[in-house]
Amino acid sequence: MFSIYLFIFLSVVALFSALKVLLSKKPIHSVLYMTLTFFTLAGHYILLNAQFLAVVHVIVYAGAIMVLFLFTMMLLNLNLEGEFSKSTLMKIVAVIAGGLLFLVLIASLKSFDVATVGTPELTQIGLVKNLGTILYKDYLLPFELSSILFLSAMVGAVMLGKKD
Amino acid sequence: MENTIAQIQTIPLQYYIIFCSALFSIGVAGVLSKRNAIVIFMSVELMLNSANLLLTAFSAYRNDPAGQIFVFFIMVVAAAEVAIGLGLLVVVYRSTKTIDIDVLNRLKW
Amino acid sequence: MQILPLLLLVLPLIGFLLLGTYQMSIPKSLAGVLASLTVFGNLIISAILFFALASGTSIIKVEIFDWIRFAEMSIPCELVVDRLTALMLLIINGVGLLIHIYSIGYMKTDKGATRFFAYLNLFVFFMHILVLSANYLMLFIGWEGVGLSSYLLIGFWYGNHANNDAAKKAFIINRIGDLGLIMAMILLYTHFQTLNISEIASKASMLESGNPLVLAITICLFIGATGKSAQLPLFTWLPDAMAGPTPVSALIHAATMVTAGIYLIARSSVLFVLSPITLNIILIVGTTTAILAGLIAIFQTDIKKILAYSTVSQLGFMFMAVGMSAFDGAMFHLFTHAFFKALLFLAAGSVIHALSDEQDIRNMGGLKSKIPVTFALFVIGTIAISGIPPFAGFFSKELILGAAFHHSLTMGLLATGVSLLTTLYMFRLLFVVFFKPASVAVQANHHIHESPASMTIPMSVLAILSVIAGFINIPTLFSETQLFQDYLQPVFTQSSQLTEHHLLVKNATEEWLVLILPLVIIFGLVLLSYRRFVNEKPLNTNTGVFKIMADKFYIDELYDLLIVRPISFVSTFFREVVDQKIINEFINGIGNTTLVVSKYLRLIQTGNAGFYLLIMVFSIIALLFFNIIL
Repeated sequence: MFSIYLFIFLSVVALFSALKVLLSKKPIHSVLYMTLTFFTLAGHYILLNAQFLAVVHVIVYAGAIMVLFLFTMMLLNLNLEGEFSKSTLMKIVAVIAGGLLFLVLIASLKSFDVATVGTPELTQIGLVKNLGTILYKDYLLPFELSSILFLSAMVGAVMLGKKD
Repeated sequence: MENTIAQIQTIPLQYYIIFCSALFSIGVAGVLSKRNAIVIFMSVELMLNSANLLLTAFSAYRNDPAGQIFVFFIMVVAAAEVAIGLGLLVVVYRSTKTIDIDVLNRLKW
Repeated sequence: MQILPLLLLVLPLIGFLLLGTYQMSIPKSLAGVLASLTVFGNLIISAILFFALASGTSIIKVEIFDWIRFAEMSIPCELVVDRLTALMLLIINGVGLLIHIYSIGYMKTDKGATRFFAYLNLFVFFMHILVLSANYLMLFIGWEGVGLSSYLLIGFWYGNHANNDAAKKAFIINRIGDLGLIMAMILLYTHFQTLNISEIASKASMLESGNPLVLAITICLFIGATGKSAQLPLFTWLPDAMAGPTPVSALIHAATMVTAGIYLIARSSVLFVLSPITLNIILIVGTTTAILAGLIAIFQTDIKKILAYSTVSQLGFMFMAVGMSAFDGAMFHLFTHAFFKALLFLAAGSVIHALSDEQDIRNMGGLKSKIPVTFALFVIGTIAISGIPPFAGFFSKELILGAAFHHSLTMGLLATGVSLLTTLYMFRLLFVVFFKPASVAVQANHHIHESPASMTIPMSVLAILSVIAGFINIPTLFSETQLFQDYLQPVFTQSSQLTEHHLLVKNATEEWLVLILPLVIIFGLVLLSYRRFVNEKPLNTNTGVFKIMADKFYIDELYDLLIVRPISFVSTFFREVVDQKIINEFINGIGNTTLVVSKYLRLIQTGNAGFYLLIMVFSIIALLFFNIIL
C-alpha cells in the first residue's frame, strides 16, 4: 500500500508543477517548475523499477535540457513578463481544448480492458544490467547510429549559432 | 528492494494512463495558450515525457524491455531536438528581435 | 544458293541505310552510282536464281529466324523463291536498275538526290520482301513498306503542298485496301491455322468450289489488290501520284508496285479459282476500270496523267485476265507492260526534262525533230502498248484476248475494245506531242535539248526489251513451245487442276480471228487519230459526253461528296462544338471553380502557428471522439 501513496504523492506534485509551468508569469519560473516535474517523473521511473531510465532521465532532462533552456533564456535576456500573452478568449479555448482532450482520452480508456495486460511477475528488465545487455546485443546498430544523430545535431547547432 | 518491486503491480495500470493523459493535456493546453516560444517548447517536452512514462509503465507491466529501449531512444532524439530547436530560436530572435510566435506569421499564402 | 535470297534483301537495305544516314555527306553523283550498284547486284542474283529454277531446282526456301511463336501460332520469317517470284525479281531488278541509272541523269540538278536514291533503295528492299515472303504476314510487311516508299516518293518535292496532298491521298486510299488484306489474313488464320502461302494452297485445294469461306477470303484479298493496283473503287490515287518525280512514276506507279495486286492474286490463285463468284467480280471490276480509265485517258491534257490512266486501264486489263483464270496471261502482260510502260514514262520524263518541267501537252507539239532520240523511243513504246506486232504488247494482249474470246464472245469484244482504247489514247498522245505543229510555247523555247546519255541509254535498253520481250511466248498458232507459259506452268499447276473446264483448247479460226480483227481496227484507228489530232484543233471538251470523260466521270467529285465531305463535316462538328463548346468549357469550368473557391479558401491560411495548432488539436479530439463512438 506504501507504493500507492507514493504514486499519488508523486502524481499530485507532478501535475501541480506542470500547471505552474503554464501559470507562471516569468519564463524563468516555468523552467524551474519544469525541473521539478522532471524530478517527480524520475521518481515514477524508480517506482516502476526502471532504474536505468530514471538515471538517464535526470541526467538528460534535468541536467542537460533544462540547463540548455536556462542558458538560452539568460543569454538572450528573454526573461520578460507580460510583454506578450494571448487574449483571454484564446486562453479559455486552450483550456477547453486541453480538458476535452483529457476527457476523450479517459473516455477511450473505458472502451478497452487494460487489466488483462498486466502481469503479476516481478520485473527486473529496468535494471541497468539487463537493459544494457539488450541494448548492446539487440539494439547495437541503432545505439551506434544515435551517436551520428548527436554529431549532426551538434554540427547543426554550431552552424545555427555562429554569426552569419 | 524486492518488496518494492513486488508492490509495483499493486498500482493499477489505469492510474498511469490517467496520470499521463492529464500531463499530456496540460502540455497541449500550454502549447495553445502561450505565445512565448520557449514555454511552448517546454510544453512540448512535457507531452513527450508523459508519453515516455506511459511507455515505461506498459513495458514494466508486460515485462517487455522493448518499451524501455524505445524510451531511451526517444530521450536521445529529444536531446538532439532541443539542441537544434533552441539553436533555431536563437536565430529567429536574432533576425526578428522577438520570440513571439504570433509575430511569425509569414507562413501565409 | 540458300544465301542468295537473303542477299537480295540485304543489298538494298545497306544502300538505304548508307544513303539515308550519310545523306548530307555523300555526294549526289556517288549516291546514284551506289544505289544503282546495289540493284545491279540484285539483278545478277535474280538472274542466277531465275536460271537455277529453270534448270531443275523446284523451289528455294530460306528460314531466317523464328518470328512469332506463342500458343498454337507459329510464323517464321521465311523466304521462298519459286518461278513466279523469280520472274517478279527479274522485273523489279531489271526495270529497277534501268530506272536507277536513268534517275542519275534525271535528278542531277535536284538538291535532294541522295534522299531520292535512299527512298528508291528502300522501295526495292520492301518490294523484295513482298515477292520473297513465304507467308501472308511478311508479304503484308512488304505491302505496307512499298506503300510507305510510294508515299515518301510521291511527296518527294514536299515544298509544294499539292504534292503532299497527293502523297496523303495515295497513302490513305491504300489503307482502305490494306484493311481488306488484314481481314483476309485474319480469316485465313482462323480457318487454316497458318499463314504460309503454300500450306494454305494445299489445304484449300481440299475444299469444294464455291465455299463461302473462300468467297469471303478472296473478296478481302481482292479489296487489298484493288487498293494497291488502283482498281475501280480505289483508283483515284494513282493519277494524283504523278506528282512524284517521273522515274518514280515509271518504277513504282507503272512497273512494279501497282502490279503487286496482280501478284497477290496470282500467288493465291488456288483460292481464287475455288471461288467463281469472286472471279466474276474481278472480271467486272477489271473490265469497268479498263474501259473507264481508257475513256478518261483520251481527254486528259497532262502527259503523265494520260500515262497514269493508261496504267490503270492496263491493270484493269490484267485483272480481266485474272478474272478469266488466265493467270499466266496476266503475268505475261504484267511482264511486258513493265517494259513498255516504264519506257513510256521515262520518255515522257525526257520530254518534260527537255521542255523544262512542262507537262501540258497543249503546250507541246512538233518535238519530232527537236528531240529525235526520245521521239523514236516514244514511238516504240506506243506501238508496243498498242499491241501491234511484232512488239511485246501484241503477244501479251493476244494471250489475254484469246482467253477472253474463249470465255465468251462478249468478253472478247470488250477486251478488244479496251485494247483499241489503248491505241486511241496512246496515238493521240504521240501525235499531239510530236507531230502537231509546234505550239507557241515550244516555238518560244530555245532551250529544248536532247536528254543526256545516262537517260537515253536505259530507255534504249527498255525499248529493245519492249520489242523483243514478246517473243518468249509466241502464240500457239505459230509455235509449238511457249517459253513463258511453260516456265510459269508449275506455279499454277494446282489452280489449273481445279479448273479443268477452263483449259484453253484453241482452234485455228478463233486464233486468226483474235489476231486479225483487232489489228485491222487498230490500223484504222491510227489513221483516224492521225487525221484528227495532227491537223485539227483540240477536242471540244466543253459539252456532252466528252466533258464527262474529260472530267474523269466525276469520280473524284463523287468521293468528295460521299466520303470526304461527311467526314469533314463530322470532324468540324466535333472540333467546333463538342471540343470547343462542351469539353473545353467543362475543363475550363473545373479550373474556374477551383480558382473561385480557393480565392476564399486561402484566407483560412492565416500564417499564425498557434491557430494551426488549435485546429490540429481539435481535429485530434474529433478523431478520438469518433473512435470512441464508432
